Amino acid sequence: MSDLHDMGVAELSAALQARRLSSVEVTQALLERVTRHQAHLNAFISISAEAALAEAARADVQLHAGAAGPLTGVPIAHKDIFCTRDQKTTCGSRMLANFISPYDATVVERLRAAGVVTLGKTNMDEFAMGSSNENSFFGPVRNPWDAARVPGGSSGGSAAAVAARLTPAATATDTGGSIRQPAALCGVTGLKPTYGRVSRFGMIAFASSLDQAGLITRSAEDAALLLAAMAGFDQRDSTSVELPVPDYSGALATPLKGLKIGVLKEFFDTGLDEQIEQHIRAALDLLRSQGAHIRDVSLPNLPLSVPTYYVVAPAECSSNLARFDGVRYGHRCENPRDLLDLYERSRGEGFGAEVKRRIMTGTYVLSAGYYDAFYLKAQRVRQLISNDFERAFREVDVLVGPTTPTTAFELGAKTADPVTMYLNDIYTIGANLAGLPAMSLPCGLSQGLPTAMQIIGPHFAEERLLNVAHRYQLETDWHRRVPPGYA
Amino acid sequence: MMAGVEWESVIGLEIHAQLATRSKIFSGAATAYGAPPNAQASLIDLAYPGVLPVLNAEAVRMAVKFGLAINAHITRRSIFARKNYFYPDLPKGYQISQYELPIVSGGAVDIVLEDGSVKRIDVTRAHLEEDAGKSLHEGLAGLTGVDLNRAGTPLIEIVSEPAMRSAREAVAYLKKIHTLVRYLQICDGNMQEGSFRCDANVSVRPRGSEKLGTRAEIKNLNSFRFVEKAINYEIARQVDVLESGGQVLQETRLYDADRGETRSMRSKEAANDYRYFPDPDLLPVEIDELYIDSVSASLPELPDQKAQRLRQDYGLSAYDAGVLTSSAELADYFETVIERAADFPAVAISPKLAANMVIGELAGLLNRDGVDISDSRVAPAALARLLARVADDTISGKLAKDVLEAMWDEGKDPDSIIEQRGWRQITDESAIEAAIDAVMAANPSQLAQYRSGRDKLFGFFVGQAMKATQGKANPARLNELLKKKLSG
Repeated sequence: MSDLHDMGVAELSAALQARRLSSVEVTQALLERVTRHQAHLNAFISISAEAALAEAARADVQLHAGAAGPLTGVPIAHKDIFCTRDQKTTCGSRMLANFISPYDATVVERLRAAGVVTLGKTNMDEFAMGSSNENSFFGPVRNPWDAARVPGGSSGGSAAAVAARLTPAATATDTGGSIRQPAALCGVTGLKPTYGRVSRFGMIAFASSLDQAGLITRSAEDAALLLAAMAGFDQRDSTSVELPVPDYSGALATPLKGLKIGVLKEFFDTGLDEQIEQHIRAALDLLRSQGAHIRDVSLPNLPLSVPTYYVVAPAECSSNLARFDGVRYGHRCENPRDLLDLYERSRGEGFGAEVKRRIMTGTYVLSAGYYDAFYLKAQRVRQLISNDFERAFREVDVLVGPTTPTTAFELGAKTADPVTMYLNDIYTIGANLAGLPAMSLPCGLSQGLPTAMQIIGPHFAEERLLNVAHRYQLETDWHRRVPPGYA
Repeated sequence: MMAGVEWESVIGLEIHAQLATRSKIFSGAATAYGAPPNAQASLIDLAYPGVLPVLNAEAVRMAVKFGLAINAHITRRSIFARKNYFYPDLPKGYQISQYELPIVSGGAVDIVLEDGSVKRIDVTRAHLEEDAGKSLHEGLAGLTGVDLNRAGTPLIEIVSEPAMRSAREAVAYLKKIHTLVRYLQICDGNMQEGSFRCDANVSVRPRGSEKLGTRAEIKNLNSFRFVEKAINYEIARQVDVLESGGQVLQETRLYDADRGETRSMRSKEAANDYRYFPDPDLLPVEIDELYIDSVSASLPELPDQKAQRLRQDYGLSAYDAGVLTSSAELADYFETVIERAADFPAVAISPKLAANMVIGELAGLLNRDGVDISDSRVAPAALARLLARVADDTISGKLAKDVLEAMWDEGKDPDSIIEQRGWRQITDESAIEAAIDAVMAANPSQLAQYRSGRDKLFGFFVGQAMKATQGKANPARLNELLKKKLSG
């Protein structure tokens, strides 16, 4: 048996079911580890030791009674964007620094029902806006592979925590790459499901038409187990889709013979790190050796993803974040003079610079006289990008490309220029605009930093993505590499 | 400057009708009126972080009902949009409404003008939206309270074309829509509680001009009387402004009922840019033929159809039929009276008299005591009995009014009131003749004048004879006998 903290969800599940380990034992060990690494990694915003141990004790009772499911007693962490009942839910913002949610998000509720133990809430860019985790009110998260570097964002806390073996898995959300990009930079597995596959209820909204809940795990196998518990229609979210949830774990081992893989030509055209490209080509060779057919595919409108996204996402965010007005909950300024002062100072003090930038951009693109030129045009381009993907999936089963143009960059390297920061999401945004499922998998190390490949599938093809990722992970050990000092 | 010009006013109404659903349009919270502040505000109504709206199917059904009732087009795929602005009673910072693709477009209703002619008022659109909460300023010592019970209550906003030319027409149209939503049972129509209210767009232009004048919007009018007064005030104000060489500003105005005037609230220049865009949290509302057929089949008999039928079946005038069908309950009451008339097969009860009693005397008593027709203290069966007593000559039509009032006040049946008060009509000729003889004997000079040609004195003798019989003489008999006796 490997070290307890190095065990993934599937491995822990087996050990718990076999009573080789108790949930309390695992939870205690991980809480100790989370606490020990908090000061220098800053991966968590809140740690709920007491509640976690109580949940673990309950799980042990169930495990003892033989009334347990595969996730009973397995500890995980939630990105602090998910509402957790009677616990702090900050969304990485001063605005909600003291907000205690009166209810559980559907994702949290379903995972609780499946018996998981919640260690705490992970750090994130404020309101999920950022690609480096430097926009958190609670301070940046460090990359476990190199403390001078960013973990990526916005789910930087979840990715760093999973990479540093503080938790076997963590929930995360992805609006433009917020699961896949930090997973890539931290050398872990990230899954962004199809838009509508997982309920958004209780997940604090950034850009409603793009936001999707997903997972950061050590492996595709672990992601399959957790997704099965999270996914499915929720009548509280009108955009969740009423489709049955397939047996993701059951489909993992399907052979890849005959699989048609498209290589995204546009992703290799622009400024991609050479090492990353080499690692992806090597990964493609491996998949070919397993019987997959590989061909180049062109999505001509894909290069328009970034400008399209930076119109649509801010537009929706400018409206979604209007509710934070200091009236009913959240930050309220001291002694407001009048209503306008209450709004201006509460919001001025409560939001950080990047959030304000996006609210202003979004307000602008929706304004009278600009709506057609920006918002409407962006929606049209979004449709063209979707059409490109749809056309590609008539010919191939999945698309493969890089997740990020570079490996993890240094803290502060891109904070001065928001557009450079935005370009970090150049490969991930397309899947959000088209609502497609996508994964990021570690596929190498470059100068001691993880490199990653991305797999994108047609709508509701999570089963297929997990299958391809699992077959790749059966043949490689990049996903098992532990950052130095965290073994 | 422009004195001597004849002005024409142009009016359009935006009516807000609260839909009578049990729960809110996007949450499961109750919609009942009058609960303690915020007792009916769910996390969704409070716009907590992470919550999402889910559309109430019943609200859609009600909007479609309305659309079908005014022969409008039902949009097969309508879209909810966000109207963005900050206000404390708007918890999300946006109102979910419909903008480019409302669920109902086109359609019309007919109103009857004072000269009896019918005018068709076109409806531009009707869309679904959520109501806002209320800000409370009283008793809070300089603070503002926010009550979100009303936040999220479903509304349809019914927007008319600028088709009305007077305050009277506007009120007639408003009443027509009011009647319609209550027939359809999609709105309780309670104007005091704000379930049915309207904004009026008013402008004036020189008669004959094609171009619309600059309009002012008068907000939140919540009684028929206020609508009429506010519009008339506003027309006069605009004419004054124009005739003294000024310009009407496009602005929002508030009607002050205490002072009977409209006041500027905010000018449109400074108004919000609402930044409408489709709400990504809600799917388009898809409506198919099957659904429309099922809603169509559930429509009740509508006021115009009912009025037509009452005229045909009972020979009522257009006016009487119109008044009776102004509320479904009133029409039902009338029809029950007619049904119960069958309890008296020996006599023929006049539907015209029944209609007159219902819309005249009975309506007066309801009005006097502030009682709804459905709570009338005189039941339809009792009124039918009273009408039978008129038909069988037990009492005169004139006395029937007094009997009805006594029935209302004392809760007794007409027969016992007639007996107790001795109001049974005198049809016995000898008794009437005796009364006439006495009157003639007591008024010899009038008799002499009458006989010398002053026909007008006939009325005097009728009055005297009636008085002598305490009003109980059968009027037809009395007339007949009097005429004979006076002429000697």
